Amino acid sequence: MDERERLKSFEQTVLPHLDAAYNLARWLAGNDHDAQDVAQEACLRALRFFGTFRGDNARAWLLTIVRNTFYTWLRKNRPPENVVELGDEVLAVEDVSANAEVLNSRLGDTETIRRAIEELPVEFREIVILREMEGFSYKEIAELADVPIGTVMSRLTRARRQLQKRLAGEFKPGAIP
Amino acid sequence: MNCEQARLLMDSYADGELDATGILELEKHLHDCPACALAFCNVQNLKKSLKQDSLFFSAPEELRQKLKAELRLPAESRRPFWTGNWLVTATTGIAVICLALWLSLALTRPSPQRQLAQEIVSSHIRSLMANHEMDVASSDQHTVKPWFDGKLDFSPPVKDLAPQGFPLIGGRLDYLGNRAVAALVFHRYKHVINLFIWPTNESDSKPAVPAPINGYNVIHWSRGGMTFWAVSDLNEEELMEFAGDFGAN
Repeated sequence: MDERERLKSFEQTVLPHLDAAYNLARWLAGNDHDAQDVAQEACLRALRFFGTFRGDNARAWLLTIVRNTFYTWLRKNRPPENVVELGDEVLAVEDVSANAEVLNSRLGDTETIRRAIEELPVEFREIVILREMEGFSYKEIAELADVPIGTVMSRLTRARRQLQKRLAGEFKPGAIP
Repeated sequence: MNCEQARLLMDSYADGELDATGILELEKHLHDCPACALAFCNVQNLKKSLKQDSLFFSAPEELRQKLKAELRLPAESRRPFWTGNWLVTATTGIAVICLALWLSLALTRPSPQRQLAQEIVSSHIRSLMANHEMDVASSDQHTVKPWFDGKLDFSPPVKDLAPQGFPLIGGRLDYLGNRAVAALVFHRYKHVINLFIWPTNESDSKPAVPAPINGYNVIHWSRGGMTFWAVSDLNEEELMEFAGDFGAN
């Protein structure tokens, strides 16, 4: 394949997923400037490795690269104490049902939800984005984030409980989980 | 199943990732336990609210432009357009406008895969509107499968998925992508699922869900020399579950 064909094939296969790439980068990095850097770097890396792409899921492939690019960028640009170590301990069953009404009344408010997602640890945040916005299956997320399926499940469950608590907490100042 | 187990499993259930045994046990528990049923309702509402379009960040134009510049072939001319006389400038200007028009048309034109998906959704809607879901109405796979013999140049796999909650209702012939295809009709509650099947040279592929078209979810996979397209107004999770039950994985 000559360079022209390679570029064309890349533009048709990978670039349609630029929105997904930027969205993930934006949620991970937390601001537009860094997200653009990460997404751009990821696309250029994807082009470099395009010859090795064999799968049928270009979006998953590109997002894997975005994710790796982000973590490389994170190590270089942010102090390590910001990276939280997460154990995958068993979930405690907490009764969130008492807040049911409060919770539902906050769910339509985009800004509140956006803040709640942003406050999640990055390892939880990425799973939420991949599941709810990109609709990947647990198995695809496990491959993409290079963690066991059980970890995907437990992070997703814990992320949702945390979101529910924060959304309920918005209503009651002082009730920080 | 106790409350503790139910709370652990309900997320997988909401995501359509719970196995059949788990589903049965959890549904029974949710039926009997109002507190867990409420907690499950919360999970579903949360999921729904996370799917708002306004939470999605689209790539800014600036990023697209930067990438476009990076992806240009090195051999391309980089001479600025304002060098040379006014005629060159004017001609270049017109050419740029034409190119921009062409690009905007080219970029909005759907891919062949997308066009096929649109055709499939239209066919689905037609079958619902004309009240012509089926040529052969039967929940018996041994009636539906032979019905296709002689009408098609291939024998589509036919399965009744009533135990999984997707009863087979019947089948019909349809015409897609310039060929006759098999359409199987399934129900889930009041929802209709059309499953289109025809032979392909594609290698096996896992179920993929393109963006919904006119509110219909479409799912596509290939297996054993056949290509499968399922379409329904069911949500993505349930349609994915259907694909899995039909043997997509």
